[in-house]
Amino acid sequence: MNKTGLFEKMKMAVIEGDKHEAESLAQNAVESKMEMIEVIEKGFTPGIQKAGDLWESGEYFLPELISSAECMTSAMKILQPELIKAGVSAKTLGKVIIGTIEGDIHDIGKNLVASMLAANGFEITDLGADVKLEKFISKAQEINADYICLSSLLTTTMIGQKKIITMLKDKKLFGHIKVMVGGAPVNSQWAHDIGADGYAENAITAVTAAKKLL
Amino acid sequence: MLSTIRPKLEFLSKELINKIIEEAYIILERQGIFVENSEALGLFKEAGMKIDTSSQRVFITPELIQDCLNSTPSLIKMYDRNGEKEFVVGGDEAHFDPGSAAVTILDHDTGDQRKADTKDLIRFARLTDLMDNIDFQSTGIISSDIPDIISDSYRLYLGLKYCNKPIVTGTFRVEGFKPMFDMLVAIRGSEQELLDKPLAIFDACPSPALKWSNLTTQSLIDSARAGIPSELISMGMTGATSPVTIAGTLVQHVAENLGGLIICQLAHKGAPVIFGGSPSSFDMRKGTTPMGAIETMMIDSGYTQIAKHLNLPSHAYMGLSDAKVNDNQAGLESGIGSVLAALSGVNVISGPGMMDFESCQSLEKLVIDNEICGMALRLIKGIAQRDDPIATDLFQGFTADTQFLSMPHTRKWYREEHIFPGIIDRDTYDYWVSLGKKTSAERAKDKVEELLQKDKPSTLNDDVQIELQNIMLADAKKNGIDKLPKQIK
Repeated sequence: MNKTGLFEKMKMAVIEGDKHEAESLAQNAVESKMEMIEVIEKGFTPGIQKAGDLWESGEYFLPELISSAECMTSAMKILQPELIKAGVSAKTLGKVIIGTIEGDIHDIGKNLVASMLAANGFEITDLGADVKLEKFISKAQEINADYICLSSLLTTTMIGQKKIITMLKDKKLFGHIKVMVGGAPVNSQWAHDIGADGYAENAITAVTAAKKLL
Repeated sequence: MLSTIRPKLEFLSKELINKIIEEAYIILERQGIFVENSEALGLFKEAGMKIDTSSQRVFITPELIQDCLNSTPSLIKMYDRNGEKEFVVGGDEAHFDPGSAAVTILDHDTGDQRKADTKDLIRFARLTDLMDNIDFQSTGIISSDIPDIISDSYRLYLGLKYCNKPIVTGTFRVEGFKPMFDMLVAIRGSEQELLDKPLAIFDACPSPALKWSNLTTQSLIDSARAGIPSELISMGMTGATSPVTIAGTLVQHVAENLGGLIICQLAHKGAPVIFGGSPSSFDMRKGTTPMGAIETMMIDSGYTQIAKHLNLPSHAYMGLSDAKVNDNQAGLESGIGSVLAALSGVNVISGPGMMDFESCQSLEKLVIDNEICGMALRLIKGIAQRDDPIATDLFQGFTADTQFLSMPHTRKWYREEHIFPGIIDRDTYDYWVSLGKKTSAERAKDKVEELLQKDKPSTLNDDVQIELQNIMLADAKKNGIDKLPKQIK
């Protein structure tokens, strides 16, 4: 099959959320020593972009969108090591630490945001749910993160978002590491009050908000 | 006199109920549940259950489930603060309580949500006290003028102080139980009297799927030992944190709630438990959890039917809305939910006043919903045969001029057969215009102010008040807080 045909198949695999197909196409691309950058930019990325468009136009709902995002992420997992091997620095929009604050074990919303950011070119370190505040900071320092994304479903853990900002200020990291907040009880007023850099009400706007902070 | 049929709504066939329960049993035995609490894990171990300590997963045998179901009471008697009025939670009894725990309050004048403070909590408790169709109060709002760490005990403190009704509440921290329990004991006079006359229900929410966190598990254990009913609030979101089908979510719901029920029974055999929940139909477009969705109500009604089959008292978050202001949506969602809840025979119905995905309370909505609750409660009283003969004797000597208004029969029955609203508009057009063309929300606003101005807060005797305050202050001090906000009524 010619390259254009292959790219089209990659794109379709992501649009249709066919993880198995996406992984096998990525694997084949690696084995046949295709140009990795081209595979990503002309093959898989147009797929996630199209899925985003379909979401915007109201055709795709969350199950389709998230399947596409996960497809993209699993293809990238196969392609990225090759990029690094080839000495090409992977084009990442930024390093993101994400997690749900301690005391909170709800993480569905956080997972959606992580999937969408990953699918859109951010490098995600997901700390999971019920994460200690210090852990966010230490991990961010360790990997030299650009963003910390904090999720809270419970009103009782929202206060942790504020505390993290204080902790970053104490360590003179605030400003260098952007803080984005979200979660059901969180709104733009709260984000503004605590001095967060970004706020998103859902996984789609999280991507836009993160890009705005680039 | 022929007996009156209690109108009833049932979604599930006997076969489907059995199948759902059977699958829940299979999940509990094969997949198990996560219990992130060492004391509870110890109890499971003592009961001979298999435990995977590394993942804190417990595998529960059908025998233990059955045993625990057998020891759980099928009804609970709650009492108001004075210990006088009794409320049966069980059978097909329906009691409404305001939805909780909101983080904001809707400001009628600005149309905006804002954070609530002590004054709002007091107004909310006092208003709930005056709502004749709302039997229980709830710690429905979080106060923003005290540090979060004591927000659980503080909201109970104000509720107990300003409202005489039994209270639905819960802990936000493991340490919160003790001061909250002490307050309840202070009201009753002794632990034994609290045991004899339960005053509070403690909500405990498992985390979907199949997980009981440290905090909620501890609440179950502490409540069981204190004889306080635990309300199990399983809350799967279809297709996100539970299976997308309604029946599939019911399977998970039953498994999670049974897990909680077993923890209660292991902590204290015979502990009162309410089979409740706050599941929702997850909106696949918005990523939100609409409580006013018809599918949400179907899940609620479905598990209530299962609770009845298991001979357990029931609870649901119904009769609330996702609207942001008191508009058509607020009324229709709350109306449909309340009616379906009452028809389903939910014993404790949490909803009135609540909007915006359980995050906001509105005093105006509480007043409107009180009327909705009245309609729902009237509905389930059904159509009764009051007399024998029913009516033929009323037609004796019937002429073209006969009317019923002045008949003794009318006078005797009209208040029994019909309810009269205070907010719902039944005025003629001209009269409505003369009153200022007010919407129901505007009339509700007037009513809120009228009630709160007119009525004196229902207060406790001084000794108990001081005792409550001391418990609250001690809890605050323990958490480094020296002063409590001033209580402006």
